[in-house]
Amino acid sequence: MASMLKSIFRNLFRKPATRLYPAERREPIPGTRGKLNIDISKCIFCGLCARRCPVNALAVTKKPSPSWTVDPYRCILCGYCLEACPKDCLSMGPYDAAG
Amino acid sequence: MAKRTIIPFGPQHPVLPEPIQLRLVLEDERVVEATPAIGYVHRGLEKLVEQKDFQQSAFVAERICGICSFMHSVGYCQGIETIMNLTVPPRAKYLRVVWSELHRIHSHLLWLGLLADSFGFENVFMGAWRSREKVLDIMEATAGARIMLGTCCVGGVRRDLSEAQVADVLRVCDELQKDFDELIPAVLGDYSVKQRLVGVGKLTQEQAHDLGAVGPVARASGLARDFRETGYAAYGELGVRAVMEVAGDCYARTQVRCEELYQSLELVRGAARGLPAGDIAVTVKGQPDGETVSRVEQPRGEVIYYLRGNGTKNLQRMRVRTPTFANLAPLLAMLPGCQLADVPVITLSIDPCISCTER
Repeated sequence: MASMLKSIFRNLFRKPATRLYPAERREPIPGTRGKLNIDISKCIFCGLCARRCPVNALAVTKKPSPSWTVDPYRCILCGYCLEACPKDCLSMGPYDAAG
Repeated sequence: MAKRTIIPFGPQHPVLPEPIQLRLVLEDERVVEATPAIGYVHRGLEKLVEQKDFQQSAFVAERICGICSFMHSVGYCQGIETIMNLTVPPRAKYLRVVWSELHRIHSHLLWLGLLADSFGFENVFMGAWRSREKVLDIMEATAGARIMLGTCCVGGVRRDLSEAQVADVLRVCDELQKDFDELIPAVLGDYSVKQRLVGVGKLTQEQAHDLGAVGPVARASGLARDFRETGYAAYGELGVRAVMEVAGDCYARTQVRCEELYQSLELVRGAARGLPAGDIAVTVKGQPDGETVSRVEQPRGEVIYYLRGNGTKNLQRMRVRTPTFANLAPLLAMLPGCQLADVPVITLSIDPCISCTER
């Protein structure tokens, strides 16, 4: 019991360990893989990322009109496509669930 | 003879987060027999590996378990590296140890919280998970994700640590050390905790050996078996000695895991401080052709990977024997003779991971 007294007192006087999200937000951790982003102006629609993707979340077409799409519900945020991109147009950044 | 009753325990149960059913045969309140039933979360990941190329499969292997995911990818990648005769750079080996041991810390803290929750000690549950959050944050800062790190690849690792990140890891280790010094004596020394754990779910050394127990379950019964002692990755240079207890009850298993928390802290510190300079991965050329067995020590025990490639980009076969599968037979030996109220505690004391078991 005595060994717990310290934590009991500390718990009485300190703030809760949780945050009042979304009113209070944490700074996003640098380098986090929360969301896949693309700089579409740099993309050459080669489709290497789509071929690399372990879960087939990416769809790239060149013709008739060039398009690059990601299915966010399939994407496992592994970042494997980033390594395949020859133009470095893919990047990963933080994702805030409350928008 | 008292009348026998059969009680289904699980697959949905308030204290058991894992989908396993134990059919308990009771005489009054005493368990006389337990039969397990699994098959609720089979996902066919072994089959999936046959359709992905061998480098993508590292991500599949990682998703076998949601707690010790990084060690699964280490086990898989080490196997492929053996088949392909790849030499992993020393820095990658050390980084694998850093992340593996961070995973062990967060897994043991999660387990400690769940065990405390199973006998109603909510304060420890929250305290352990509060400390665990620090581990998850440092994993996100170093690897980019909280649990599914995705940093282990065939030939090495995919992310490097900067000087500042190494300092961050060491700072978190110091914070965790303080947390553990406060939390662990409070758990292990508590009268009520001892009442619930000492002498409950005993597994003798002979039983542990004969039934093939692994990990903390074996080590708490006096079998000093820790696959890290064989020195895979950078464990050889860092030096690991198996933590051992002899009582074989739930309390001994708790002691072993608590001691391993400190051991893992030391290993993270050792690996982070001694991080050698150099590359973090080698280029992979060709396809795996051949077969191998790869073994890795996870928080729950030893995982065994059997891998067979036939010179194409897809593996022909992957077979995984996870530690919980090995520990189910010892669990069934622990249960007979116990009280119904102790079943959740005993079941949790093997740290079951059924999603791993069923893959």
